[in-house]
Amino acid sequence: MAERVRTHASDASGRAAIHLAGWILAAAPAAATMWLVIAIWQRSDSSPLIWSWPWVPSLNVDLAFRLDGLSQLFALIITGVGSLIYLYSGGYLHRGEQPARYFLFLTVFMLAMLGLVLAENLITLLIFWELTSICSFLLIGHYHQRPAARSAAVQSLIVTSLGGQALLAAIILLHQVTDSLSMSDILTSGDVLRQDHRYTTILALILLAAATKSAQFPFHFWLPNAMEAPTPISAYLHSATMVTAGIYLLARFHPVLGETALWHDTVTSLCVITMLLGVWLAWRSDDLKRLLAYATIAGLAMMIFLLGLGTELAIQAALVYLVAHAAYKGTLFLVAGMVDHQAGSRSISQLRGLWRRMPLTAASAVLAALSMAGLPPALGFQGKEKFYEAAHQSPRLAIVFSTVAVLTGIGLVLAAGLAAVRPFFGSLPRGPDRIHEAGVTMLIGPVVLALLGVAMGIWHQPVADKLIAPATTTVVAHQVNVKLELWSGSAAILGLSVVSLAVGIAAYSVRAPLLRVTSWLRVLERVGPERWFTLASSGLEPSAAVITRTLQNGRLRFYVMMNPIVFVLAVGAVIVSDWDWSTVVGWPDIRLYEAILAVVILVGASRVVHAPTRLAAVIGLGVVGYGVALVFAMFGAPDVAMTQLAVETLVVILFVLVLYRLPHPRQLSSTWARIRDGSLAMAAGAIVTLLILGVTATQQPSRVAPFFREHALQEAHGRNIVNVILVDFRALDTFGEVTVLALAALGILALLRLPEGAQENR
Amino acid sequence: MRSLVLQTAVRYLLPMLMLFSVYLLLRGHDSPGGGFVGGLAAGAAMALYALAMGPERAGNVLRIDPRLLLGAGLSLVIASGMTGMALGHPFLTGIWTHLEIPIAGELGSPLLFDLGVYLVVLGIITVIVLTLAED
Repeated sequence: MAERVRTHASDASGRAAIHLAGWILAAAPAAATMWLVIAIWQRSDSSPLIWSWPWVPSLNVDLAFRLDGLSQLFALIITGVGSLIYLYSGGYLHRGEQPARYFLFLTVFMLAMLGLVLAENLITLLIFWELTSICSFLLIGHYHQRPAARSAAVQSLIVTSLGGQALLAAIILLHQVTDSLSMSDILTSGDVLRQDHRYTTILALILLAAATKSAQFPFHFWLPNAMEAPTPISAYLHSATMVTAGIYLLARFHPVLGETALWHDTVTSLCVITMLLGVWLAWRSDDLKRLLAYATIAGLAMMIFLLGLGTELAIQAALVYLVAHAAYKGTLFLVAGMVDHQAGSRSISQLRGLWRRMPLTAASAVLAALSMAGLPPALGFQGKEKFYEAAHQSPRLAIVFSTVAVLTGIGLVLAAGLAAVRPFFGSLPRGPDRIHEAGVTMLIGPVVLALLGVAMGIWHQPVADKLIAPATTTVVAHQVNVKLELWSGSAAILGLSVVSLAVGIAAYSVRAPLLRVTSWLRVLERVGPERWFTLASSGLEPSAAVITRTLQNGRLRFYVMMNPIVFVLAVGAVIVSDWDWSTVVGWPDIRLYEAILAVVILVGASRVVHAPTRLAAVIGLGVVGYGVALVFAMFGAPDVAMTQLAVETLVVILFVLVLYRLPHPRQLSSTWARIRDGSLAMAAGAIVTLLILGVTATQQPSRVAPFFREHALQEAHGRNIVNVILVDFRALDTFGEVTVLALAALGILALLRLPEGAQENR
Repeated sequence: MRSLVLQTAVRYLLPMLMLFSVYLLLRGHDSPGGGFVGGLAAGAAMALYALAMGPERAGNVLRIDPRLLLGAGLSLVIASGMTGMALGHPFLTGIWTHLEIPIAGELGSPLLFDLGVYLVVLGIITVIVLTLAED
């Protein structure tokens, strides 16, 4: 990040404040982590803990949370890694980089992510799901001066909110099938769901949501671009937590949607593509962060693939790998951030020999790389062994899956070498000797995470018993015991590990010639999904402009005409196609004065059509309006009649004020236009007449009127039902209407006060 | 189009019409009337005054910027809704005091709501009419 603001001695106090903020903010998630660890250690039964507060009781929406095996594992990662990220960010951010905003969004994200994995109500889940997308958007665009950061932020928002829409649709369908929004109810209705004809749609929507969030093919492209975010954000959101939300979703719904051939086939085949694509793109990258992002895509695909396999072993493997991945990928991102921060470069081809200057950073990177490459004693080793074993023992396509697994393993070994060995070893290039270890606040995060990754691998049994076993139990919905061991007992699996390590190291040593040989494959980038996205989004603006120019052409007459045209066509079509003409029994009794009033209104209307000047037309309209007001008065609606009278008066005044300023052409409009407008008006009038005749002919009494008649005085203390409805029963509607009216008045004011020169679009 | 007759008449008409509009507002809960019609009547009175006396004098007789009426009206509407919330009910629940006042009947938060509607409607008409009648 060359354009980073250089630190000056003058803002030393500012830096100290940011450091302090990091420490203080880290305290809350650290306390939450401690609480979770203690709670997990002390609990023996596996029944979920549920907290629930009514939120929108009338819609069955509760602010409800559940802590079970799966959510406690995710919550522990979120709070644990989160506290380290706060510390690291305190050292990483400079004063000019809006640390307050950054910490605010980070905190909102952490809470939203916790809410997501703890949600017991599906609507709660959706809201937190969308909140994480929004926070990710804001944080990717943190350096908003950079166009690349802005477009990456928008891209990630569009892709992930597509998934959010899919999740909403899936939730609606789940609610339709199970008649509940509560996770506990849905988790017990697996058989109903799997046999329902909507199962395929639900599964497809859930998969779409998971694939966009977890950056799976063909939606993988947003994740490498999201590397525009500050590095602690990449470490936290885009490797350890937010991108695992898709995995959480699939694991959560595995008991009810999984264990079918459809689940198995679609999930595994999509992830096979993503795994290979991820490792392929990873080793070709030169940017440290992009390389890690591609490796993350492959790692996430591995976990989802294992969920797709769905055997007990595979689920265990996915969850072990989730923990291992959070630790090693978090470390490597933080290391990349420190290298960038201290050495000013993220280019793999330029960085060399940094261990002499940054020994602790190098040590953390190597420990994390052990885990990533799947070497003992790191936890990544057990994860990878289980991954190979699960692929090897797959009931179907075991050979294909094992091959893909080994290829992915090779790719990860290669990527681990590039990310953690390459920048630190070899000879340090000559140059300014200013590179040195980052401060202690930044070092704590990567060192702790790297040590954890190895420690969990050595003392693996507590991890297996207390974290993996309860989580697996939740996902497979029956009691499971998990054993992690350094030696899986199968020579075949060990053989696969040795092969992938050997080939990975070999590939590492011949990377440069390999890159040259395969450079022509860059052509593929032009046809990849990112290209589709760019095409679609760049096509959006011109087509939106065309539609807007057509529909919003600024001619008032056109707008006024569109209203009755749509009304005549839409309602007229229904009337013509399925109208029961027998219900229209004929005209009810008409009194003389009613007939006279009708004639007056008709004469007024015909005057409007024939009016020679605007003023005459306005007067004609006034006659129609007052006539209609009288109709209201005759048929027992004094309130409406009064309002109509007042409105008519005001309309005439407003018209006169406006007409006063308009030019006076000799002919207002052509005869053809008058015939067109007149016939349109008559058609609309005819349809309204038919509707009224139809409505008054039906015998069913209204249920609304008696309700208001009964309750108006009792509950709203008023005898005028119209007003009681306006200010009490439907007060929220009135509230909306007056708000709209006030805004419209401000709009009119703005239009009228525009300086003459600015009105070119008239 | 200044007319002496209209100018003289409107001086007496404006207070009476305004009184009438408030009367409409207050009686609305039990008989025909209400904030909307009241606001329209008051707005019509202002429009009449503006036609007779010109927009500047109409603005002076109002004494405040008509845009303030919009904000004040919306705030009253929200305040009426919050009264219920403050007492632990959902937003916009009607709160009644058992206090009888003339014309309006029982005093309660819906009257506040209606007053807000009245002010918004009056504000809209005044904003539009005064701006249109300018220059």
